[in-house]
Amino acid sequence: MNLDAVTTALVQVGLTLVVIVALVAILEGFLYLLLVRTLKTRLAVPLMLVAPAVVGLAILIVFPLLWELNVSFTKMSLRNFRDPGFLGLGNDMFVGITNYIEVFTLPVLKLTGFWQLFLQTVVWTVINITFHVLGGLALALLLHRPMRGKGIYRALIILPWAIPQVIALLVWRTEYNFEFGAVNQLLGLVGMAPVPWLSDPFWNFAAMIITNVWLGIPFMMVLILGGLQSISAEYYEAAEMDGATSRQSFRAITLPLLRPVLTPAIILGTVWTFNNINVPFFINQNELESSDILVTALFRQAFQYNRYGDAAAFAFVIFAILLVFTVFYVRRTGSLKGAYE
Amino acid sequence: MSGQPVVQPIPIVGTKKRTATTGRRDSFRKRLLIHSILIFACVVAAFPIVRVFSVALRPGNRLLDSNFSLIPDGATLDAFVSVLTKSDLPLWLFNSLVITTGTSFVGLAIAATSAYAFSRFKFPGRGVGLTMLLATQLIPAAMLLVPLYILATQFQMANSFVGMVIALSVTSVPFSIWILKGYYDTVPVELEEAARIDGCSQLEAFWRILLPLSTPALVIVFLFNFLAAWNDYFLARILISKEDLLTWPLGLQRFQAQFQTQWNELAAASIIISIPVVLLFLYSSKWLISGVTAGGVKG
Repeated sequence: MNLDAVTTALVQVGLTLVVIVALVAILEGFLYLLLVRTLKTRLAVPLMLVAPAVVGLAILIVFPLLWELNVSFTKMSLRNFRDPGFLGLGNDMFVGITNYIEVFTLPVLKLTGFWQLFLQTVVWTVINITFHVLGGLALALLLHRPMRGKGIYRALIILPWAIPQVIALLVWRTEYNFEFGAVNQLLGLVGMAPVPWLSDPFWNFAAMIITNVWLGIPFMMVLILGGLQSISAEYYEAAEMDGATSRQSFRAITLPLLRPVLTPAIILGTVWTFNNINVPFFINQNELESSDILVTALFRQAFQYNRYGDAAAFAFVIFAILLVFTVFYVRRTGSLKGAYE
Repeated sequence: MSGQPVVQPIPIVGTKKRTATTGRRDSFRKRLLIHSILIFACVVAAFPIVRVFSVALRPGNRLLDSNFSLIPDGATLDAFVSVLTKSDLPLWLFNSLVITTGTSFVGLAIAATSAYAFSRFKFPGRGVGLTMLLATQLIPAAMLLVPLYILATQFQMANSFVGMVIALSVTSVPFSIWILKGYYDTVPVELEEAARIDGCSQLEAFWRILLPLSTPALVIVFLFNFLAAWNDYFLARILISKEDLLTWPLGLQRFQAQFQTQWNELAAASIIISIPVVLLFLYSSKWLISGVTAGGVKG
């Protein structure tokens, strides 16, 4: 190891941490003087407790997003990489809502337009979540019974979730290789023709979905397993006494009692899948434009084509779609009731 | 608000005939079927990982071999030795480790204190704050990368760990606050009240009573922050390009290009990076689940 590099890392990270701690101390001291000494308010303690998080999130999320909103009204790009000012005041960067209109009217990337990307994202999310929930539910039901080797099964099935995602994805990418990848070799063993996983748009999209289903099932399985464990065995005993078949118990007991776990898990899973940039990015390696979903298209537009103004507008459109979906779904299922007590 | 899912009485269907077969045992064929399905699932889950091991053991002249034997002909540990001594992998791992450890502690400290305020106090902006914290979960990563990249370039923070540490410390805070708030909510307030009657100040009660009782949740949140920072690729990708500052996900990609994809070395490096994380993960997975179900997801 290069000793200089080691020192650089330690010094940079260490100094940053020291500065963060010092800034928090200054902030708290200021708040103490203001709230406790001057205003003498009873709210002093909670406000001082949340202050570091509020300031941190303001610096890292609120300010960048406001700044991005500003950029979305300008023609900032690699060619026009200057300070956009506020809404282009005093310079000619301001383009109004042109970028927002162009998200829908011009191709977002070189060829692919918004509606195709949106459709692909919906297909991607729906197929993935369906398989995650059904696969997770099936495995959880199988594992939720007294049997030998349960711990080993569970540990092995969790593996896809446990290994660092970048590594899992690089491995899958190599296994999709037309000639040498394990997937095509296995297909060959059962007498099927090799599939062009990396070059054909349809199969590339299929490869992304297969990989993400593989990655996502363990999380759902473990969550559902936790839900199953919290259902009292008495219900099943009573149902059995009354002669219910196992299918009847499943529909009348298991499913309704799993809902408090399933509903938030589905919302969270949908948001994560919709926003999943890792899987499409690493399986496709930024090659086929046709395999992009909204978030990878956003990354490509910003960091490959360097169209920052367009990308900023596109980002807010994506965020709005997700916000509308979530508010609608949370309202309908009432799944967050009680969290605010 | 307890962490247990709300259990409501359920009308029981089918009251026709009564059988006294409580605790029925599955037939042999049914058990065989269940075990076969589970074994199949395990094989599918573990297959890519087993492949990586076998590729890592391959000697340099057989990288594109197409057989499936677990231990290849002429198996050798050369690839492991080579990535540890001839490549920058140790440095990449060191960089990742320093950043990840530092940011996890900062993130945990910020989240633990704010979650206490959200759990135990009423203050103006509390409900709005909780909603905003949830809303941050909807922000696509790429959406934040655009302004962070431009701001970092303008404030001269590109190619240094300063920006990475600040950004990674804060990104997990919203989710951490939700998990910890959910956990704190399950700890009875009476314990802290009793301590205050005995003369503790409010913050002493938090420090001496609530925090120790919340150790499982704190461990989970720390691990969660740790894994999130350890696996970060995109932030590092837009902020870091200097060779000495690479973190392992970036370094691993250099491997692909720099050595014309020596599969065995890439595989060996992957294993070295994964082993500690997988062990940590498997060790804590039970906690991870109970913590997430009790606090974050359920509310």
